[in-house]
Amino acid sequence: MKTENQKAWLFVLPVLALVAFNALIPMMTVVNYSVQETFGDNVFFWQGLDWFQQILRSERFHDALGRQFLFTFLILVIEVPLGIAIALSMPRKGFWVPVCLVLMALPMLIPWNVVGAMWNIFTLPDIGLLGYALNHVLGINYDMTQDPVAAWVTIVTMDVWHWTSLVVLLSYAGLVSIPDAYYQAAKIDGASNWAVFRFIQLPKMKTVLTIAILLRFMDSFNIYTEPFVLTGGGPGNSTTLLSIDLVKIALGQFDLGPAAAMSLIYFAITLLVSWLFYTLMTKDDLN
Amino acid sequence: MAKITLSKLRHSYLPNPGPESDYALKEIDLDWSDGGAYALLGPSGCGKSTLLNIISGLLVPSDGKILFDDRDVTTLPPDQRNIAQVFQFPVIYDTMTVYDNLAFPLRNRGRDEATVRTRVTAIAEMLELTEMLNTRAAGLSPDTKQKISMGRGLVREDVNVVMFDEPLTVIDPHLKWKLRSKLKELHQRVKATMIYVTHDQTEALTFADQVVVMQLGEVVQVGTPVELFERPAHTFVGHFIGSPGMNILPCSLVEGQARFADQAIALEGPIQGTPQGKTEIGIRPEFVSLATSGLPATVTKVSDVGRHTVVECTAGGERINAIIEGGAPEKGASVHLEFRRDQTRLYVDGWLATTPEEAAA
Repeated sequence: MKTENQKAWLFVLPVLALVAFNALIPMMTVVNYSVQETFGDNVFFWQGLDWFQQILRSERFHDALGRQFLFTFLILVIEVPLGIAIALSMPRKGFWVPVCLVLMALPMLIPWNVVGAMWNIFTLPDIGLLGYALNHVLGINYDMTQDPVAAWVTIVTMDVWHWTSLVVLLSYAGLVSIPDAYYQAAKIDGASNWAVFRFIQLPKMKTVLTIAILLRFMDSFNIYTEPFVLTGGGPGNSTTLLSIDLVKIALGQFDLGPAAAMSLIYFAITLLVSWLFYTLMTKDDLN
Repeated sequence: MAKITLSKLRHSYLPNPGPESDYALKEIDLDWSDGGAYALLGPSGCGKSTLLNIISGLLVPSDGKILFDDRDVTTLPPDQRNIAQVFQFPVIYDTMTVYDNLAFPLRNRGRDEATVRTRVTAIAEMLELTEMLNTRAAGLSPDTKQKISMGRGLVREDVNVVMFDEPLTVIDPHLKWKLRSKLKELHQRVKATMIYVTHDQTEALTFADQVVVMQLGEVVQVGTPVELFERPAHTFVGHFIGSPGMNILPCSLVEGQARFADQAIALEGPIQGTPQGKTEIGIRPEFVSLATSGLPATVTKVSDVGRHTVVECTAGGERINAIIEGGAPEKGASVHLEFRRDQTRLYVDGWLATTPEEAAA
């Protein structure tokens, strides 16, 4: 019999107070804004669910949401297999292990807006290393300030460069935790390389991969700084992802009500997808 | 099933080994007959796992050859040697059912599903796994998992040798005994050559027909459990096997007579050659008895271990254990110890140097 000890709640209380102060209370302010209209001077008018209706029906929101899902989809489809592949080909012991690990960790140590600025300069058609090489050496017409495809390729490549390491490091941690006996047993059982991956490496990486995918989903779904610095959402609206659009509404147009409603919808989507994914991935472990 | 021959085998983990001490496994020549049950016994780091990995093909030896039925397999990878190995920690494929785990080695070798079913069913029956064939292997207990990894080895009908690398390490004590007798029973049923690596003398002695005792990368004795017990070829074997181990007493040799604590000690027979180096008398506690005359000693500890009593005495500054049936003396009592002559041996630099009387005659 498991005895339940209610005293544990006391230990959670300080954290609860802290979280209430820095997350719950600000969040409730957003909820407050989302159901009212204000013209300043702290004068509010009750608006009900009008803002939510307006946002959910607006084409602008649909477009931004579509772009956001496309971006996140591309990120996951590229970064997860690539990360696993890199982790698999990294050495598991010897001199090169720390070298590889440091090289892998480097991109993640660079502040987000610096990454944006770096890639901005890197891709300038006339002076950027990549931009110049593409335009003037290889003769490919590349200018992300003009061409939406070029802009998309650039923000996706930038994110892959910045964050694939996270998947690599987590997968690698999963891989090195597999005892040698598993590989030896598989050899004796006559397993092919594919079978070793499918039945030993992948199952052992599952937990860390779940976390890696979850983190990459949330981060890429909420991404703001890098594309903002790199493209500012352009050309036109072609790279205006959800958070960029949200900031435009909230701080550009100062439409606090609709922006608050949009924040909540945005938050709900992130939460829902994360929860669905996590539940599906861990469903087997509970049985 | 196969006869295994190890010929002039040596192994070093260093790329360019020089002196003898660079070798984790010193030169070894052994013949193991088809269908036998063997144990490799020795303390941690004695080279027994190295030897096992050489036989399974996970390691290629620096020198020498391994033959399976006179076929040189020294450089063949594990999957081409038709061997099976059970590891210290149970290896199972978490995502598969018990059935799929057992079927895995067969499916990898492209056997048809009908053959797979017959073999898996038969092996599951033998290992008492039939009821759980369709459950997922991940959540099972360590002893069941270890049975599954054994099953994966036995499921292939052409397996040459099954090797066990300390397979009972993570098993609960009360299940160890059960699994050990299951192993013995399996050996009798499948008649495959089996090699069992362990540092536990009980496991080795109960499982094997022949035990290979190793120390510091060297084979010190090969023999049946009885031989190892009765005539240890080296003081290490005497000490390592038995509970408590053999009494080893430093002695001097005066005119061919062994002397310990100013007493002449009668040996089982003549000494071979002219001994040079460290001389020691070896006698098992089972053959030391309390008597009215003999070596004077003081009792320092008495432990009742159930069937008999272990009496620890001191004589000539050395500790001597005696196993006594029935009434034991008090701690601190002065006693006399008698050594059974035909079980009293002389060791020179650790190696047995006496021959029994009848053999010499």
